[in-house]
Amino acid sequence: MKKHSVGSLLFISLVLVIMYLPIIVVVVYSFNANTARIPIAFTGWTTAWYGKLFTGRNGFGGALMLSLRVALWSVGISCAIGTLGAVGMAQRVVGQKYGWFDPIMESLVSLPIMIPEIILGLAFMVIFNALGLRSNDMRLVLAHTTFCIPYVFLNVKSRLVGMDPALFDAARDLGASPARVVRDITLPLCRPAIVSGAFLALAMSLDDFVISFFVYGAGEGTLPIKIYSSVKVGVSPQVNALCTLMMGAVFIAVALSRYITSVRAARKKRLQTRVGG
Amino acid sequence: MEDQQRRDLRFARLLKLPMYLWTIVFVFVALLYVIGLSFLSRGEVVGVTGEVTLSNYARLASPDYLKVLLQSLKLAALTTLICIVVGYPFGYLMARLNPMARSVVMLLIIVPFWTNALIRIYGWRILFLANGPLNTLLLSLGLIKEPLKLLYTDGAVLLGMVYALIPFMILPTFTTVDKLDFSVVEAARDLGASPLYAFFTVTVPLTLAGLMAGCVLVFIPSMGLFFLNDLLGGSKSVLAGGLIQQLINSRDLPMAAALSVLLLAVTGAVIAVYRKLGGSGDMSMF
Repeated sequence: MKKHSVGSLLFISLVLVIMYLPIIVVVVYSFNANTARIPIAFTGWTTAWYGKLFTGRNGFGGALMLSLRVALWSVGISCAIGTLGAVGMAQRVVGQKYGWFDPIMESLVSLPIMIPEIILGLAFMVIFNALGLRSNDMRLVLAHTTFCIPYVFLNVKSRLVGMDPALFDAARDLGASPARVVRDITLPLCRPAIVSGAFLALAMSLDDFVISFFVYGAGEGTLPIKIYSSVKVGVSPQVNALCTLMMGAVFIAVALSRYITSVRAARKKRLQTRVGG
Repeated sequence: MEDQQRRDLRFARLLKLPMYLWTIVFVFVALLYVIGLSFLSRGEVVGVTGEVTLSNYARLASPDYLKVLLQSLKLAALTTLICIVVGYPFGYLMARLNPMARSVVMLLIIVPFWTNALIRIYGWRILFLANGPLNTLLLSLGLIKEPLKLLYTDGAVLLGMVYALIPFMILPTFTTVDKLDFSVVEAARDLGASPLYAFFTVTVPLTLAGLMAGCVLVFIPSMGLFFLNDLLGGSKSVLAGGLIQQLINSRDLPMAAALSVLLLAVTGAVIAVYRKLGGSGDMSMF
């Protein structure tokens, strides 16, 4: 590989600086001691906003709990449904023709993550209203599960595609029932894909603003909804503190997952050299 | 043997059943409901009347709506273009970095990718306020005499769109450039192609898949990001997504549905063109 030119390094740095400029502003302002209604001037350092984050009248504790509750339910349900669906779709008897129904269903399953979110938001809103479904928890879980299923389904599907069908045939020929093959062979082999699909779904559920915004009735809402309503009118130092914590959490999670992946890859490589592959 | 196969098939059907039922109810029927709603007319005070009409679609073709739609499409196209011009070279150069620098840059790109767009846009909002940091800095440097109006401008909305969506261009281009066999490019160079000529005739066509996936991943969401209008733009520049939200707020659900159907059609057309040009259906690699 040739040496990097100054120009290309400059370009990369410039884009990264612009990308991080607003993020740094939010972090710095989260320590701003200014207590004016629209606190713009930087008047000194304080950590008071972090202390007031989850307590008090305008605290984010309730919104955080709602977000977590909805995310856990949606991820649980979508993992079960999406995994079984992907496993069921992969099971095909040799020589069987691929019908028209399964391919259509397959594209319908992944549709929720391909179309602009606002369409699904509107659809859920009108349907839930027509059904008279009032419970915010229920509305959010049903909507989130719908867009979480594709992440689990596509992850597990792509894992199954790369698998040797002889594994399942062998188990079958040795007398295992179809249910036992799924339980003892397929699901254990799919576990990494299920876990990564679940994390993806969890992130998407916690992150979702657009669909939740339309589905949610009255109240303070999920974390993104509450952030939106607090910053829409002005600047909120509490939101700055909250955003800083959230970005910190994302940074740690991403760094950790990349570290684990690289350690795993290194271990695999070492094993392969030892075996002499 | 025959019997075993039939049992396997029945079992597979059982496994698929929950996902199929869920999808039929919450995706297929839900979207059909929106399409049906778009042919109804708005009730006197609230709700809809049972009268079937095409008037919502006729209104879509009226100059007022047409203007918003064209503006929205133009903004989406401009966003995609800027994302290509900045994101593609970035993904390319990033893939050419040495492994250490590359993993650092990768981390720095993935963190914004996973951070809520709302939060990232909010940072710009603070920066752009009339008495915010950017204006203060420019004033104290003496570059400007009075605060610039940065917030609530079309430029701010465009910047916000590019900013929110550019990771979706960088990551797919990076992935394809990373997989590219650079000996092909060297072969072109050895045969006398200039660096630029080799880049445009060899590298770009071979990494077109990532570029196209990036375009789809940027273009489609850019039509629906309604909150950008609220945070960075005035009510002046209304996007299709923002218009749908306004219609919902004013309880004109059939019109909101008609606009959603149009958005759905545009999305379908973009994906169809993408597939036709040879893009793979799987855009959910992240």
